[in-house]
Amino acid sequence: MATVTMPQLGESVTEGTVLKWLKQPGEAVRLDESLCEIETEKVTAELPSPFAGTMGAILVREGETVEVGVPLCELIENGATDAPNAHGPVQWSGGPMAIPPAESPAAADEPVSAPAPPEAPERSGAVRAPGPVDRRRFFSPIASRLAAAHDIDLGSLTGSGIDGRVTKQDVEAAIVRLEPTPPGGPPARPPRTGDRPTASPYAVVELSATRRTIGARLTRSNLEAPQAWTMVEADVSLLERRRLEDRGRLDPTGRAHLTLFPYFALAVCQALREFPEFNARWEGGELRRYLAVNAGIAVGTDRGLVVPVVRDAQNLNADGLASALDALVGRARSSRLQLEDVEEGTITLNNTGAFGSIASRPILNYPQVAIVTLERVVLRPVVIAGGIAIRSIVNVCLSFDHRVADGVEAGGFLAAIKRELEGEHVTS
Amino acid sequence: MAVATVIEAIRSTLDEALEADERAFILGEDVEAGGVFRVTEGLKAKHPAQVLDTPLAESSIIGVAIGAAHYGLRPIAEIQFADFIHAGFDQLCSEASRWCYRTKGDSWLPMVVRAPWGGGVHGGQHHSQSIEAFYAHLPGIKVVAPAFPADYRSLLKAAIADPNPVLFLEHKRTYRLIKQEMIGAPAETVLGRARVTRQGRDLTILAYGLMLIESLAAAETLAAEGIDCSVVDLLTLQPLDVETILESVRTTGKALIVHEDTLTGGLGGEIAALIAEHAFEFLDAPVRRLAAPDIPAMPYHHAMEAFFMPDRDKIAKAARDLAAY
Repeated sequence: MATVTMPQLGESVTEGTVLKWLKQPGEAVRLDESLCEIETEKVTAELPSPFAGTMGAILVREGETVEVGVPLCELIENGATDAPNAHGPVQWSGGPMAIPPAESPAAADEPVSAPAPPEAPERSGAVRAPGPVDRRRFFSPIASRLAAAHDIDLGSLTGSGIDGRVTKQDVEAAIVRLEPTPPGGPPARPPRTGDRPTASPYAVVELSATRRTIGARLTRSNLEAPQAWTMVEADVSLLERRRLEDRGRLDPTGRAHLTLFPYFALAVCQALREFPEFNARWEGGELRRYLAVNAGIAVGTDRGLVVPVVRDAQNLNADGLASALDALVGRARSSRLQLEDVEEGTITLNNTGAFGSIASRPILNYPQVAIVTLERVVLRPVVIAGGIAIRSIVNVCLSFDHRVADGVEAGGFLAAIKRELEGEHVTS
Repeated sequence: MAVATVIEAIRSTLDEALEADERAFILGEDVEAGGVFRVTEGLKAKHPAQVLDTPLAESSIIGVAIGAAHYGLRPIAEIQFADFIHAGFDQLCSEASRWCYRTKGDSWLPMVVRAPWGGGVHGGQHHSQSIEAFYAHLPGIKVVAPAFPADYRSLLKAAIADPNPVLFLEHKRTYRLIKQEMIGAPAETVLGRARVTRQGRDLTILAYGLMLIESLAAAETLAAEGIDCSVVDLLTLQPLDVETILESVRTTGKALIVHEDTLTGGLGGEIAALIAEHAFEFLDAPVRRLAAPDIPAMPYHHAMEAFFMPDRDKIAKAARDLAAY
């Protein structure tokens, strides 16, 4: 009988927690087979058996944290008599790659209760354990790529390679299991090892009407409109100050929720005066440029994305836009939108920053020719007049139909929005 | 000629080349009498003006070939054993490989240097060496190393027709060992192309010369164990057929490169680098090389020679390990 103690799993590590016992008393144990999982502040590792034998008593419960050197369990060597401490305390071998330290003839005579803590950490061999690479958690380039392409969790697969490594064949077998074979297609290559259950591993999701519509529209948009994307960065420090002032003015309690978005909508409307080509629809085989700005606002709801329209947005100031937006979003979220609320948009605005995004590449709300996003405002160090200042910075992204305009106009349009967002006049 | 040995395939090709083009001629040590391997046997009698003995001076053999090629002839030089070719290294490296480059393409050197190479014939230090890596390092020389008679024939033809210097390596163990029905046999006719000799799913073995033969034998053994190997015959070592190599490795995800040359600085390193650079995302295992150990020369004693040379058993073992990875 030998005692297996808590190994030192790394330099300056003094204790470890037994996460899970992988062997129970009485179970046969092969050389280097894992006895338990151990977690320390640095690593989590499995403790390999120092020799082949039979699992004895478990001395430390799962979840318990003990110091290095404390006995964890007993182990009975194959063919050995059950004489107590025939081996003395068994230090962890350091895994199959480590060279066991030479045994001192006197070792058996020394007291078993106090194994000296290793003084030279590099000699413990523990930081290398269990072996240089845990191949069950090493995934080859091809295995990773195949798994990513087929949305397979590599960690969930049982590997047939060396040390349980998940091989390319294992991933291919999983793909065959998880994906239906196209009718009439060639027979898939059978998995190399083991039979797997054949029950369907997925459920078919019923698409709501809204989702179907969204899907069809975005697909059409991607198929029909050659879409280009560009982005500018705007300094909205002054605008942010004005927003807080406005909020105080509108609601002296300061609890009103006035966001940056109405100011952004205003800036877009202003910029469209200079670049009306982006206030348009590609419809009926012709390009229709509109005088009125019907600004579609992307709103996420429980049932999916809807894009209600603020009509004649060019006639509204920031307050007016804020009220109109509030009303529309409220109707959208409570599913009370009327047909006219969602029709005849001429451009779409999206507050992607609300999700924390700092850059997004929106797809056109076909047949509109432009969609503009307001990203999240972040504080950034910025060089101004040779000094560094903390400023509120936001990205504005534009996807546009390249049939309608080129980079020159798109850049000009974004620059105009930027100018409006940054301009002195907004601080008035 | 239905079934031919490697020697017969080379001899008939030389015979036809001399017949077809009076500018073509063979020069080398004892070639008039047939040479030590009897490759040129009978050619002197048939083409008396086109088969010339030379002194025992490899530098001069290659230098004369360069001069003759300049002069408009089509020299086919024979180096009796590839082990001796290094005496002519300067001629090949500093002159032949650079000539076209040096003249901005105004002048070409249509010459072939044939050299029996490789071990497994109990030839010891001076009659067994693999010399290909030294010459495959030279960008201006083509290096060819077939394994099967039909490829020897078609590639020697292509080498003689090529306007560049070609080092044509003949594995001396394959000379009489490998026979092939020539009619209908697959034969690569273009320098710079490899051939997938055996198509498999689990791993790719890349080899040339005798090691190609051994790899095919190993692949048969492994097939019985359920390990399905592709075997690629590299055929031309400079320039390498990168596309064929990569295509096969991208399919299997595992590559074992086998050569009889010593490991360090051998062609395996170059091929492994190509795979790492261009097929990394397709790899399912580290690229493996099986080569002779880094020992100065092929030992003479048969047991030591067997220890030195990779063979079908060693290839099978390496492939088995790679398949299990």
